[in-house]
Amino acid sequence: MGEGLEQLSHVSDRAGVGAGMIPRWVAPCVVVAFAFVMYASGGFVGDYASRVMLDTGIMMIAAVSLTIVNGFTGQFSIGHAAFMAIGGYVSGWLTYYGLLATLGRTTDLGAEHGWLLLPAAIIGGLAAAGAGWLVGLPSLRLRGDYLAIVTLGFGEILRVLLQQTDRQRFSSQEMSEVGLLGLIVPPDVGGASGFESIPKLTNLAWVYLMVGAVILFAIRLKYSSYGRAMLAIREDEIAAESMGVNVTRMKVRAFMFAAFFAGVAGTLYAHQPGTLLRPADAGYARSFDIVIMVVMGGLGSISGATLAAIVVSLLNVGLLELADYGAMKWRMPIFALLLILIMIFRPQGLFGLREIWDFFRSRDRTGGGR
Amino acid sequence: MLLSVHDLDVHYGAIQALSGVSLEVEAGQIVTLIGGNGAGKTTTLRAISGMIRPTRGRVMFDGREITSTPAHALVSRGLCHVPEGRGIFANLSVSENLDLGAYCRHDRLGIAEDRERALELFPRLRERLKQNAGTLSGGEQQMLAIGRALLSRPRLLLLDEPSLGLAPQLVQLIFTIIREINGTGTTVLLVEQNAHMALAVAHRAYVLQTGRVVKSGPARQLLEDPDVKKAYLGG
Repeated sequence: MGEGLEQLSHVSDRAGVGAGMIPRWVAPCVVVAFAFVMYASGGFVGDYASRVMLDTGIMMIAAVSLTIVNGFTGQFSIGHAAFMAIGGYVSGWLTYYGLLATLGRTTDLGAEHGWLLLPAAIIGGLAAAGAGWLVGLPSLRLRGDYLAIVTLGFGEILRVLLQQTDRQRFSSQEMSEVGLLGLIVPPDVGGASGFESIPKLTNLAWVYLMVGAVILFAIRLKYSSYGRAMLAIREDEIAAESMGVNVTRMKVRAFMFAAFFAGVAGTLYAHQPGTLLRPADAGYARSFDIVIMVVMGGLGSISGATLAAIVVSLLNVGLLELADYGAMKWRMPIFALLLILIMIFRPQGLFGLREIWDFFRSRDRTGGGR
Repeated sequence: MLLSVHDLDVHYGAIQALSGVSLEVEAGQIVTLIGGNGAGKTTTLRAISGMIRPTRGRVMFDGREITSTPAHALVSRGLCHVPEGRGIFANLSVSENLDLGAYCRHDRLGIAEDRERALELFPRLRERLKQNAGTLSGGEQQMLAIGRALLSRPRLLLLDEPSLGLAPQLVQLIFTIIREINGTGTTVLLVEQNAHMALAVAHRAYVLQTGRVVKSGPARQLLEDPDVKKAYLGG
């Protein structure tokens, strides 16, 4: 590839690659570096702070992944927590019963088991992506609000189904009594009382490595021809089709990518210290939290969704301080009011379709996102 | 024949929009479909490019049947449809819009050449490459829609009402450019309300009325036809 061609070609003036901007690999590098600092520090920031950072990181993964569907392709999914739950339950089932069968225990694990999180996250992600394919294929063929209705329904159905699952087995004897098939149909994940004692494999380093991975993936996607096709679908489906974009296939792919990372986030959530995985985790309340972050971030802005995840998570935690003043009952009203105010003053979200690094470039995109 | 349409019926629910439409487009020509509102011009284009399924009839493109082939699969075969209302991607830059035109192609060198050619055809777009396409004027958006379509290197370009809502000088410019595009070997099937301009640039024309072809012939001949004059050319 010669110099001259590079100049002629469209790559040089594509949005986000202009000269003088922060290269886009910087953001994930910062996150990965941060993950290693977390790892080295051994969580010296304290239990409470590191717990907040864990939760925030998991929400960042959820919000960035949902951006791929709701932001890039402009479809409206409101069942993201369901895909997190699938990832969490599937990977949790595997690590819990796997360790129970081999070690005879799932707690007090040494550092040598830490690597287990990676295959767990990949399998959790794949399970969620598979579910995404099943849900997305029929509903994404249609235009309009069908996806919102189907994803909402999917989350609720999953929640109810999870309530009907079998009780959890707590020893290897019990496991051998029911047999492998008995553990699977219906899955012995605790039903309405929740799935407990999932191995505590999640730590800050894993979470922020995954945050780095999803951000890197989303950025690479957004500026690829694939991602541009997704943005085109959001802008005008008929025109995208007439450019040769296979609209349905592209929407389903975006949906599966998002579900995969939701599954990863769910895996991290399930393996977090002190988590009881409950059927309600698949329900709409959690899904809406994620939608709020994506909308607040600007529906299509990766950095916006990341920042919004941080803002919303910290706001939630910060308002807990109200307890000190005996004003705990005001927590949710204040939270809601703040969200309303943000939407009044920034209806396009924090960044619109733009990314944080677009603000460091000359402002030649006069439209400035929407 | 580059494109031939045989006996096409299209229904929207119970309503029949096209009945027995047949037409042919010879390679290298500009062929226009004219007719009033609701005559079925846009429907014909949409049925050809696979955006809607005809209930009867066949569409042949370059010797192969493409009836009901979805629109996205036709782009790489050389058939590109510029839909009515331009369909530009408002929140993407002009440059990104052009990139999407070449979505189905992978020959970087050829894409760069075609991009340069499109920008020569529409110098206005070059000045606005980094601007969001939604900030362009109506005329510029139409230029972008056509320029973007050219990046797919179509053999047959379907244009739906390119002059819609444009100032007279711009209409003139767009038609000049359509002729220029045709001069470089691209066949054009043009749908127009502006029958006068369309007949002036086209080689052949079909007149549609309530979903049927009522007249066809060389464009010059239709321009002189008393019925066409009366119905579509204002006297």
